Amino acid sequence: MLQTHQNPVYEYARSPDQDAATPVHHPLIVVGAGPVGMAAGLDAATQGIPAVILDDNNTVSVGSRAVCYAKRALEILDRLGCGQRMVDKGITWNLGKVFFRDDQVYSFNLLPESDHHRPAFINLQQYYLEEYMVNQIERSPQLDLRWKSRVIAVQDEDDRVRIRVETPEGEYSLTCDYLVVADGANSGIRKMMGLESSGQVFQDRFLIADVVMESDFPPERWFWFDPPFHKGGSTLLHRQADNVWRIDFQLGWDADPEEEKKPENVIPRLKAMLGEDTRFDLEWTSVYTFQCRRMDRFRHGRLFFVGDAAHQVSPFGARGANSGFQDTDNLLWKIKLVLEEQAPDSLLDSYDTERVPAADENILNSTRSTDFITPKSKVSHIFRDATLLLAEEYPFARSLVNSGRLSVPSVYRNSPLNTPDTEIFDSPMQPGTPSTDAPVNDDAWFLQQIANNRFNGLYFSQSAGSLNSDEQAILSNLASDSPVPLNLLVVDLDPAASCPAGVAPIRDSKGLLKQRFDGRPGTFYLFRPDQHVSARWRQLEPKKVAQALARATGRS
Amino acid sequence: MIETRKLNTQPALKRPDDFYNALVDMHRELNEEQSQLANAKLILLLANHIGDEEALEEALKIAAEGLG
Ligand SMILES: Cc1cc2nc3c(=O)[nH]c(=O)nc-3n(C[C@H](O)[C@H](O)[C@H](O)COP(=O)(O)OP(=O)(O)OC[C@H]3O[C@@H](n4cnc5c(N)ncnc54)[C@H](O)[C@@H]3O)c2cc1C
Repeated sequence: MLQTHQNPVYEYARSPDQDAATPVHHPLIVVGAGPVGMAAGLDAATQGIPAVILDDNNTVSVGSRAVCYAKRALEILDRLGCGQRMVDKGITWNLGKVFFRDDQVYSFNLLPESDHHRPAFINLQQYYLEEYMVNQIERSPQLDLRWKSRVIAVQDEDDRVRIRVETPEGEYSLTCDYLVVADGANSGIRKMMGLESSGQVFQDRFLIADVVMESDFPPERWFWFDPPFHKGGSTLLHRQADNVWRIDFQLGWDADPEEEKKPENVIPRLKAMLGEDTRFDLEWTSVYTFQCRRMDRFRHGRLFFVGDAAHQVSPFGARGANSGFQDTDNLLWKIKLVLEEQAPDSLLDSYDTERVPAADENILNSTRSTDFITPKSKVSHIFRDATLLLAEEYPFARSLVNSGRLSVPSVYRNSPLNTPDTEIFDSPMQPGTPSTDAPVNDDAWFLQQIANNRFNGLYFSQSAGSLNSDEQAILSNLASDSPVPLNLLVVDLDPAASCPAGVAPIRDSKGLLKQRFDGRPGTFYLFRPDQHVSARWRQLEPKKVAQALARATGRS
Repeated sequence: MIETRKLNTQPALKRPDDFYNALVDMHRELNEEQSQLANAKLILLLANHIGDEEALEEALKIAAEGLG
């Protein structure tokens, strides 16, 4: 088979820790260098925490796996310093099309609003994503990624975690304040700790085929229910980088995975789909099954489970890695504040409080998609077909068609870290919501301005262009007295207007900040370091801001 | 019997016999499988027209009452 990509091989290197007389202590150790473990490491480094990442392998993901990365994941990767490379290499798309038998049923645009830095989705082979993350890690003096280092024992002692690492040159021990467990869906550490992940196994098999072809299919997500070239099943087509196209065929439970993935069986399927005359080269085939499940809790003492180790979803909706990135996005700023004694240990419990419901939301959505795509009973099959038959002509039925509800970030609606609204806002940016984006300044974006791993405030002043002396005093006190790092941005200050220390102007270049946040004069938004809104008011009151900061850091 | 808050379970059709006849008539030319599909489409169309989730939930409950 053709290979457009060679997996890099990373050398095992002996660490001085292996020669230490007593186990060396690190603030943070991450187990697993998949996308989520690496995001944890990179996040730690951007927060200023040195971290060791251990992986039992010596390369990136092999073959075809995750494809679609969502807007929010890209925004997180931007904060970690490697989003742009992925967008440059990836295929940007916003449009999805759904077909039933011979006909197109409808199409949908996932990013109906313009003026966002990142698109709804990019497609990129998982090995590229991981490779770019490895490169980013290699650039950071704070990070030490150790290949061929398998964690074989974990002990949560009261004041530290002790782990045992196996390498080609024997074993050694390490200790850390916190252990981030990102060892994937079959988490060995989960099992070692006697913990479970429970849920539902789906009785279906899907064939993945990656083909290389020059084609003028547009960069869109195409999904077929019961197409003429694959009767009775569903098929999904995605374009990836390097002219590699990813095709998923639903095979049913009785299919023999070994037989199905043989090129002599895959190629006829592809020819039926792409046309006898289309030239293509097969690059990869595999057959997968899937589950939807999660652990009861993601925090266990000093251990934090993230990504597939904590929760697993079916691939429909691309909610796996995308939600894993939101786990570490949520966790690392909290670990930073607790390590620096700026927040109590209980802040770390909010990782559980916020991410467990998020996992449930992802599991619910991907389970429903799976049920629609692979109906479990005769009657659900009938309703499925009825919906698709109606959808072509009757708009109402399109909203019922479920070919995967594509990953959107969770809103931490009921989080104890939020300060609930007490006033009316004509903006969906309620507390708990990840911030929306907008163009600001010259060719810059709002989310870039609040990607500083600090709390941020956004203020729409009372009178356009300037701050009165009260406002100046309040803002300057907020900036200087805040118990945690806080940056303040004031919208559309005149260049000549005076601006107190710790406060920076931000230009609402298209008026969209004002629109998207309903920024009437006096409005103030407080954002957490992970860019989720923590509170908002119609008037700037220092006491309220202080209380909201205390809540958001677990101090009240 | 299930009490309803939203779903009207009192007579509302002006010509009930006509509707009943039309309903059965719809299936006359259809085989078993087509009939099931037509019923499913009908339910989806009507559910959307009703649009009130609470009323629909009440209808779902009544429909399954005493069967399973
Ligand atoms: C067919 C398919 C399609 C998918 N499509 C998408 C998609 O489009 N979008 C999306 O977001 N997600 C998708 N996913 C899901 C995505 O691939 C996973 O969610 C993602 O890889 C999870 O990352 P992770 O870092 O949690 O775990 P993994 O990627 O599994 O990484 C775990 C790492 O830990 C290492 N490890 C394990 N045990 C140890 C140990 N004891 N010591 C040291 N290291 C250890 C492993 O070697 C591995 O490198 C898809 C998955 C599949 C199967």
